[in-house]
Order: sequence, then C-alpha cells, then structure tokens
Amino acid sequence: MEAKEVIARRVALELRDRTLVNLGIGLPTLVACYVPAGISVAFQSENGIIGFGEPPPDGLEDPYLTDAGGGYISALPGAAAFDSATSFALIRGGHLDMTVLGGLQVDSSGRLANWMVPGKIVPGMGGAMDLVAGAKRVIVAMQHTAKGHPKIVEALTLPPTAARRVSLIVTELAVIEPTDEGLVLRERAPGVSVDTIVASTGAKLLLDGGRQCRSFRLRAWPPEAHASAPCRHRCHRCRAILLERACHVERLA
Amino acid sequence: MQDGISAERAAAMIPDGASVMFGGFLGVGSPDRVIDALVARGARGLTLICNDTASPGVGVGKLIEAGCVAHVKASHIGTNPTTQKKMISGEIEVELVPQGTLAERIRAGGSGLGGVLTRTGVGTVVSEGKQVWEIDGESFLLEMPLRADFALLRAHEADHFGNLTYRLTAANFNPVMAFAADCVIAEPEEIVPVGVIPPDAVRTPGVLVHHLVRRPQ
Repeated sequence: MEAKEVIARRVALELRDRTLVNLGIGLPTLVACYVPAGISVAFQSENGIIGFGEPPPDGLEDPYLTDAGGGYISALPGAAAFDSATSFALIRGGHLDMTVLGGLQVDSSGRLANWMVPGKIVPGMGGAMDLVAGAKRVIVAMQHTAKGHPKIVEALTLPPTAARRVSLIVTELAVIEPTDEGLVLRERAPGVSVDTIVASTGAKLLLDGGRQCRSFRLRAWPPEAHASAPCRHRCHRCRAILLERACHVERLA
Repeated sequence: MQDGISAERAAAMIPDGASVMFGGFLGVGSPDRVIDALVARGARGLTLICNDTASPGVGVGKLIEAGCVAHVKASHIGTNPTTQKKMISGEIEVELVPQGTLAERIRAGGSGLGGVLTRTGVGTVVSEGKQVWEIDGESFLLEMPLRADFALLRAHEADHFGNLTYRLTAANFNPVMAFAADCVIAEPEEIVPVGVIPPDAVRTPGVLVHHLVRRPQ
C-alpha cells in the first residue's frame, strides 16, 4: 500500500459522525475517499460551501461551483453556499470540528510549519493559519520523512503556521500526539517497528505502552461496492485520485 | 436608477496607481470584462486587493501578466508563477495576508470598525510589527481595517437599483468588498428590472453599488 493511502485511511478513522471538517489541498483531500461506513461528515471548502460532492460528469460542470483548489464539484442535497467572511467565521469562530492539513515540519512542542520555504517557495498561507488557529482539532497528515530527512524535528527551521499545538500527527509509520510532556508515540503502522519510527524521527518520542506500542488497524479497502460503483461515498475527489492510481481506473472501466 | 456602463468606461474611471479590490477565488467570481478592459487600456501601477492572483491568463492573473500591477495584497499567489517571478524581480510588491484575516480586515474597513483582534497569525511572521493584545489570558493580533479606491465585483443578477445576487462559490469576497471601497462597480451576468429580485434574495443592497457594467450590445 502506498504511504499516502495508509495516511489517508488512518486519518479517516479520526472522523466523527455529524461533524464539520475541512480538508487541506493535496494529501488531506484523499481522506474524503475513506469515510468509514455509517458516518456522515459535512466537508467545508473555504471558498464558500458546505456539503459538496464528487465532480460532475464532463459537460455538466457549473463554472460557479468549485472547491478551494479551483476544481469543479457538485453540491449535495442540503449543501449551503456562503461568502468568504462567513466561511472564515465558521473556521475562526470555533464551528469547525476538525481540519486535516499537510505539513513540512512539526516540532517537539507540536507546532506546525506548512506554508513556506524561505528562498524557495512562497505560495502564501491561504487559509492555513486560520485553520490551525481556529479549528477544534488540527490533524497533520504527512509523510514521516522528506528525501530521507525527518519532518518531525526538535525545533522548526521553517516559519511556523501558528503558535498553537496541533492535535495529532499521522504518518505512514506512526500516529503521534503532541502533549505537555512532549511527542507521544500512540500507534505504529502495521509491520513497522518502534525502532524504525524512532530512527526516522528527529525529535524525542515518548513511548506510550513501552516498546510494544500498538499497531493501528486499517479496515479492508476498497469495500466490495467500490468494485462496481465509481464512488459509494460520493467523495468529491474520487475521480482525480482514481486517475492517479491505475488499479482503480481499471476497476472503474 | 442605473442603466449600466460599458466595461471600457468602467476601466477608464480607474486611474493608474489606484487601489482596487477584486472579487474572485482562483478566477471564479471575478469581474472578467472589466479586467479585460483594464488590460486593453494599459492600466499601470495598480494595487490589487484580492484573495489570490489566480493563474496566468485567468481572472486578475491577466493584470499581473500585462504589467498593470505594482502591489498585491492577497492570501495566496502559489497558483500564479508570474506573480512569484515578478515578486522576486522586485517588479511587484506582495503582502501576504491570511485568508480569514483578509476577509475580516475588509469587513472592518467596510463596517466602520477600527480593526479586528484575531488569534490567526499569533507567533508567526504575520505578527511582525503588529500590536498583540492579551484578552482573558489569550493573545490576539490587532489587524487594521482595509479599504480601497475601487471595488470591482462579479454578480449573478443586478436590478436597476444595483441590488445584487451571487451564485454558489462565485460569491466569495464579492459581498464583503462591496462595503469597503469609495467607488463600487459591479459586473452582473444580467441586469433585470426592479422588482425581479425578491428582497430576501438580495445579498448586496443596491445603495452600495455606484455603477453596473452592462453586457456589450
């Protein structure tokens, strides 16, 4: 299984019924494809909609119905559209239950850096600073290392996105929770040893449950229904994701 | 009562060096006909206040490419490599503002507020040079109101009083910007007779709108 899929599927287990969730651009959008059965989540796109669905078929796109990445989406029954001030009042006013964001670095105090690399890329923070400062839960979904270098570090070398401590870090190797005491290793990915995680991490990890730290379990996926239907969960990104993954494209055909 | 002006006339009203708010999110809901007219008239030295600079050839991205812009205040320029290039070469000065803070600064500018206090940006480069207020033990940044000489809006329908409606995610920054400029110019899809838009459906009251841009005949 690809690292990104492991991360997305583990993050999806953090979703709770009847909550409002904002997914960042990139890896976090994959989470919408793995919403556990029986759970109803309202996804917000910060350009101004709650309750959007998968992209419409070719030719039926609405030029005024897009997500925060500029891609065409559909509106599910019960969707609500609003302006940017309202959208960010939802985010900043404590109405957003959870956000899932990508990360460049997280430090031992749980601070996230994810919006610029000085001298290299300066895309702008968009809504990232508002999301980290305002959401009830902030989950960082990122690969454990970049080009062999740990992304979980003792102290940030990149500009922080917020002063606030994030709630949880999910990588393809581990689930780590920043606490007052430091970074606690809560779970390891199936088949990954604690030693591997410690060796890939640039900050001190507190071992929860000693060396026997429990491994997280991912449900069998895709479910049977996925083989015949394009998207049983009406996830908005499914088509784009499926295009990236030939095995699923075959299944669709 | 407004009959509407041409996009060219609207572009001619905006002098070089003016500060201009543009509605739009990655080009969705941006006033495209006035943008084209600004490019055609060769506008120079504009200050753009907008969420993002879209992409080359799209929305306000056209103004960036055509060299109309000296300053940008936006939350995101990552989708437009031309903005990044011109920022690095020093041709364009860019101020990055968190998206929610941008919306709230504009709201403050349009609502007579002296500023807004927000958690967003505390402990980051955004807080540099800004006042930090301690309220009930928590830190907040003081962000100043933002206004402009002009606001250029894209609407769905307008009536002859200037009442505006928007569609879906094309609303974005348009409604909040309608309050925050000395001259507000709206570019609707269609101008309809007074009474066609029900009062409950009006999202920007017509009193805020100075000019409507009509479709070419």
